Amino acid sequence: MNAHTDYLLHLADNALVLGQRNAEWCGHGPILEEDIALANMSLDLIGQARLLYQHAAALMSDGATEAVTEDALAYFRDAAEFRNYTLLELPHHGALAPGAAAERDYATTIARNFLYSALMVLLWEALQSSHDAQLAAIAAKSLKEAHYHLRHSRDWLVRLGDGTAESHARAQAALNHLMPYAQEFWTPSAMETAASADATGVATATLQAAWNTLVDDALLEATLARPPAGGYIPQGKKGLHSEHLSYLLGEMQGLARQHPEATW
Amino acid sequence: MAPELQQVWALLEAVTDPEIPVVSIRELGILRDIRSRDGELEVVITPTYSGCPAMGQIEDDVRAALQAHGLAARVVTQLAPAWTTDWMTESARTRLREYGIAPPHTLAASNVIRFATKSVAQHALPAVACPRCGSENTTETSHFGSTACKALYRCLDCMEPFDLFKPH
Repeated sequence: MNAHTDYLLHLADNALVLGQRNAEWCGHGPILEEDIALANMSLDLIGQARLLYQHAAALMSDGATEAVTEDALAYFRDAAEFRNYTLLELPHHGALAPGAAAERDYATTIARNFLYSALMVLLWEALQSSHDAQLAAIAAKSLKEAHYHLRHSRDWLVRLGDGTAESHARAQAALNHLMPYAQEFWTPSAMETAASADATGVATATLQAAWNTLVDDALLEATLARPPAGGYIPQGKKGLHSEHLSYLLGEMQGLARQHPEATW
Repeated sequence: MAPELQQVWALLEAVTDPEIPVVSIRELGILRDIRSRDGELEVVITPTYSGCPAMGQIEDDVRAALQAHGLAARVVTQLAPAWTTDWMTESARTRLREYGIAPPHTLAASNVIRFATKSVAQHALPAVACPRCGSENTTETSHFGSTACKALYRCLDCMEPFDLFKPH
């Protein structure tokens, strides 16, 4: 257990899992421009994940008998080893009875991207002063991209919330479903506490007030009501995931595991 | 600068962005440094966006351009300071415009949204001139275009769609 590399994996897994989730819209976007926008943002997220995995792999390989690679970290860890927020692995629709399926709902996609990118503009901003110089460099780079993602999701949240009765109802339902998952941002795990203690990481609780301001301001403009906080606090970053992550990983990792070290 | 390094700068002038073949990687600010370290030639590049899929190609192109002249180099990727369109040269901006891509404003002029606390419509975005007819009567279709570094625009006078190289 190494808090430094675990923290890097937490950030990397967040980016990879959301990047993979949003890439499900590729070829299925509600309109062409949004299809392209989601693919662009997935590319940013997967790029951020790669930089973080490469950095973590280099640290983990130092002094190890066998070199760790970015691919090993992305493709050969199982669900319980992933450290992403549960919010990011959920499918693009609301809660369903077990075994039920539903169409992808764009309001869910937008609400999730909004809640996450509002956190990431704050977190990347703060991580620019990380004592880990490479993480600080990755943060400075990712911050610019997170601004685009926040701008995109905020703009659509307002359009949907302050749109038709149907789009308003769906945006509100998506928010009601997802907002409780955001509680995971603020409850520190041992890995985060250790990483912020040595100034590698940042205690996200210190960003909560600024995040609330960003969220409340957008919800006001979107004529959406903020759902009450409370209820179960997810623990994806501790490796306790919803049932959805293993399906996502199954699709993402299948090829690499069936054909290890294949190149093209 | 040592003459052999000058020669390498000159050689790499031929290496262009794989997605925008009219500008060199030096003019775009991707090529950061060429240096000699422990007798080995080192070429330093920086990615535009984290997920830029052209980086691998650019690395290969750099190596190939040098190999053609019997030179070998280590290509190093450096993240800090983070790439910005402010590093783009004037010649690149002119070439982009001629190619049909509106060049980026400087970051100071472009009122980049630090925290997107207002909707896009409420921001006074600077006018973007249509690269075809020059009209500033243009509108953003989408902030995300054919590549990560471009946004989709439309000219309301000549009615043509075009790409804007996003200030970043």
